[in-house]
Amino acid sequence: MIRALILFLSLALAAPLAAQDSLPPAPYAYRQLEDPAKEKAAQDLMMTLRCLTCQSQSIADSDAPMAGDMRNQVRERIARGEDPEAIRAWLIERYGDWVSYEPRVTTMTWPLFAAPVVLLLLAAIIVRKRFTRARAQGGKS
Amino acid sequence: MIAEIALAILWLAAALAVLQLGLGSYALTARGAEFLRAVRPIAVVQGLLVAVAFALLIVLFLRTDLSVKLVAANSHSLKPLIYKIAGAWGNHEGSMLLWVTVMGLAGGFVALLERRLNERTMVATLAGQAFVSLGFYAFMLFSSNPFERLNPAPVEGNGLNPLLQDPGLAFHPPTLYIGYVGLSIAFSFAVGALITRDVGPAFARAMRPWVMGAWIFLTLGITAGSWWAYYELGWGGWWFWDPVENASLMPWLAATALLHSVSVLATRNALKAWTVMLAVVAFSMSMVGTFLVRSGILTSVHAFAVDPERGSFILTLLAIYIGGALALFGLRASTVTEGAKFHLFSREGSLVMNNVLLVGILGIVLMGTLYPLVTEAFGTKVSVGPPYFNPVSAIFVFPMLVIMAAGPLMRWRQDNGRKLANLLAVPALVAAGTLALVVVFGGDIGVLPLLGLVFAAGLAVASLLPLWKRNLRRTPAHIWGMVIAHLGIAVALAGMASESAFNTEKLVASEIGQSHTVGPWTIELQGVRPIAGANWTALEARLVARYGDSNVQTVLNPQARMFASPPTATSEAALLTRWNGQLYAVLGEEGDDGRWQLRLWWKPFVPLIWYGGLLVGLGGVLSLVGRTARDLRRKGEPELEPASEPAAPKPAAGGQEALA
Repeated sequence: MIRALILFLSLALAAPLAAQDSLPPAPYAYRQLEDPAKEKAAQDLMMTLRCLTCQSQSIADSDAPMAGDMRNQVRERIARGEDPEAIRAWLIERYGDWVSYEPRVTTMTWPLFAAPVVLLLLAAIIVRKRFTRARAQGGKS
Repeated sequence: MIAEIALAILWLAAALAVLQLGLGSYALTARGAEFLRAVRPIAVVQGLLVAVAFALLIVLFLRTDLSVKLVAANSHSLKPLIYKIAGAWGNHEGSMLLWVTVMGLAGGFVALLERRLNERTMVATLAGQAFVSLGFYAFMLFSSNPFERLNPAPVEGNGLNPLLQDPGLAFHPPTLYIGYVGLSIAFSFAVGALITRDVGPAFARAMRPWVMGAWIFLTLGITAGSWWAYYELGWGGWWFWDPVENASLMPWLAATALLHSVSVLATRNALKAWTVMLAVVAFSMSMVGTFLVRSGILTSVHAFAVDPERGSFILTLLAIYIGGALALFGLRASTVTEGAKFHLFSREGSLVMNNVLLVGILGIVLMGTLYPLVTEAFGTKVSVGPPYFNPVSAIFVFPMLVIMAAGPLMRWRQDNGRKLANLLAVPALVAAGTLALVVVFGGDIGVLPLLGLVFAAGLAVASLLPLWKRNLRRTPAHIWGMVIAHLGIAVALAGMASESAFNTEKLVASEIGQSHTVGPWTIELQGVRPIAGANWTALEARLVARYGDSNVQTVLNPQARMFASPPTATSEAALLTRWNGQLYAVLGEEGDDGRWQLRLWWKPFVPLIWYGGLLVGLGGVLSLVGRTARDLRRKGEPELEPASEPAAPKPAAGGQEALA
């Protein structure tokens, strides 16, 4: 019990120190752009970029240092007047498609975009089949 | 000793499940009829035994018996009591034991209470249920024994992931599990009825409470999970289209479709094949969910251990159950008659269309969740997130909302549309008014949030219309249930749309004593001090918030917590709820210049998301209670309402009665 307590205390005291990052955080990781329109553009883009070191979170939703760095990158580039889609393309080039939550249409991903069309067609066929038959039989009775 | 006794009991329960399956199957043959009566007691005892095993696991966690591997890996002697108990299922082995426990108890309940169903169908159902349980028993006993010993026992345990040390999370997994397992009972009923060729209203009435119950638990589980993500992750996001969230959403979508379909089968004797099919799909989705969450194929708080053996085990079970059920369905589909006929423009017709749309949404979510796994197998990692799910699912959601508004106002079998047009004029006007208001005063908020607000307003009004001109005190409980659940959808939708439309955010590095504004709020940082809890230390900020010109000051205390075992930092957001929204404050790190990072959000009407979820759940409860009471009162009698609703116009009161 005493050993457990000592272990607990030492961890409890050491922990906040371990949490401190050795590098100062990037300037725009936790700071908004002054121009609300630009900040909104940055925010919209950040919501659709994956934090590469987290569990299914966008960089707009994460405390991870890497997400902070990426937020900083995005905000700085938006502030310089770059187009959000150009920034996305730059990030994809750097980190691969994995970084963007917005899948591009490629030879690999086209089924994702075919799916809603196919599903809608299937739904129409099911409903049509069911009700033309029902009408035909209902009409006779 | 406790662990060994519990393990022996678990083996015994598994043996009884074998007996339940074997004897049940034999009893269905021509020679075995005398054994029909033996199956129910076996199911009851099996349920009791596995419940005892689970209770013993909780006892081990309560005593923090570190010689048991599972306890050592997931518990800690200094953990608060509630998390010691929750720790019993906050891990892979324990959650599997919870699964068979809920399943065994549910089977016992069915065996004990369900008397309306044909005895042969009942026995086939229990045998099917034993078949499903056996997969999980085998999984547990051969590859993830919860009672394994550890020698030598460690001095202290590892503790539970601090993110999970939260009252909401203690009850989130059991809630979802009960939902999943309820769907497995619906699946067993479907299998039973297919085997004895007995798909009809009696089968639907026996299955309905289980579908309803499962659906209520799933609804509440998803609502709680979303609320947890919202306040615990510290960024104010409430839905991430994370595969793990989708894993709980997919069974819910299927269960919602099944719920409506099974009601039509129970009261109208229609949609037979469709109901059976949906029961299979719903259970498949809960298995897919379990596979995604438990196999370790995804890395998240939910995947307790990355172990390919477990993943392939669940995948095999999935293939056996679903493949088996589909094969059975294929064999028997020709014997399942279509049931009563109806026109497209009728209550049943609108239910069918909405079922098809729900399955469409399910298809999209399934595709978006699994597709990245497929491409990854081919060496390309892609992410599918909100920019895909939101617009693509909207293609299905908005038509569904329109049909959802109109469907409950239509007649069974065939509607002539005249009265419907009059009734729907009101919600249409409200929706148009909302559109005008938002466009004029709301600014540029994006297409989907705008549509969301407009449809929410229209649906909210339309969902109340089934009560129009009714005697409210004599309105049956299940009508109230439907109205409240549909209203809940509108309320939740309004919250979601408002959250994405009207959020304001403020990120600052604040000195002590500095004031900041976010939305209508003025917030002053008055100080930061260290505090300590049972198994954590924290820095706690003192923020004083004022709304608009008001002089009322409210103190908010967001914390940055550090858990000792395992060492993890979490942020505890401080929330301040007003009728028109929520203020959300998070304390970040201290900078070199002594300023503190603060994240402040004003989120208008965001709590509506979870109030809506609760309303949907409440509607389910009312409906379940109302239907069950009605079924019990009419024991034995067929529930079939007059099959031919007169096509000629009837007095208003009579027309309304058809809604029942």
